[in-house]
Amino acid sequence: MKHFLLATALVLSAPAAMACETVTIGDLTVEHAWSKVTIGAGRPGVFYVEIKNTGTSDDALVGIATPAAGMPMLHETVVQDGIASMPHAMSIPVPAGQSVQLAPGGYHGMLMGLTTALKEGDSFPVTLSFEKAGEVTVNVVVLSLRAEGPDCADAGQ
Amino acid sequence: MLGVGAFRTRNRPSRSEVLPVPIGQMTWTLTDHQGRLVRPSDWAGRPVMVFFGFTWCPDVCPTTLSDISLWLEELGADANRLIVALISVDPERDTPDVLADYVSNFDPRIMGLTGPADEVAQAAADFRATYRRVAKDAGDYTMDHTAGVFLFHPDGRLASIIDFHEDRRFAVPKIRRTLS
Repeated sequence: MKHFLLATALVLSAPAAMACETVTIGDLTVEHAWSKVTIGAGRPGVFYVEIKNTGTSDDALVGIATPAAGMPMLHETVVQDGIASMPHAMSIPVPAGQSVQLAPGGYHGMLMGLTTALKEGDSFPVTLSFEKAGEVTVNVVVLSLRAEGPDCADAGQ
Repeated sequence: MLGVGAFRTRNRPSRSEVLPVPIGQMTWTLTDHQGRLVRPSDWAGRPVMVFFGFTWCPDVCPTTLSDISLWLEELGADANRLIVALISVDPERDTPDVLADYVSNFDPRIMGLTGPADEVAQAAADFRATYRRVAKDAGDYTMDHTAGVFLFHPDGRLASIIDFHEDRRFAVPKIRRTLS
């Protein structure tokens, strides 16, 4: 394990590769989980991820939990009449046969009460709770404040 | 100032009500992330790009700053004369030192501006931008704010507004038009 950690510290592309891991639960595929560096632990962190529903019934992301933050919440950035606001999202629909992205400028996890500042290359687990599929945990990699997402060969971005 | 007020009350809401006034008619005084006072007159003769935000904002603001950094990279040295400023709508938390930390993550041509609440309010009024404090749990709060990026010609006239989510293919040419 130590060798593995050392290797990830030395190989720059390794953290992004970790974000390219895919986990599945039932008909849901969860991948491209990433976050951004924070300046200190006082500011909220952010959580982005992509969820695919290959099944025939609708599901919904209803919550997130992580040891990295005391109060993680789901939010949506909404720009209306040029004004950006960030209402709490009670539930993010994951319709049958569709993909949902938590991505910059839209739905995102807001990690309030960080236990420690998020530094580039760090990773932490986030457990996603789905209305029907249940819970699944993904590893979230911390990218730079300027990152637009993990660089995955299959990301299709 | 009185003249401007009279003009505004005399007229129906129009473009002049919702679009920023020319830089030369603005009256705010703010402090940059290096602690220096900045006034609109300091920007005379330079193209200007301004947006409103705050450093506790986890999504919109870093996204906008990342976009702007990419635009500046694409423009290269051509954008060196462009004034690029983030005006904080959260001066209570965004001191010059906090802003210095924050902008150091992005293109070095981006400056952070903050100041007393009344000067920030004046800047928002001059740019016709709005912001609102939204209470959250446990005394915490966030800010709703105008998300567009304002572009001005070197003579201070408004050139364009780049909307949040606007495609980068349109943003860079808009900026380029203010540089010539």
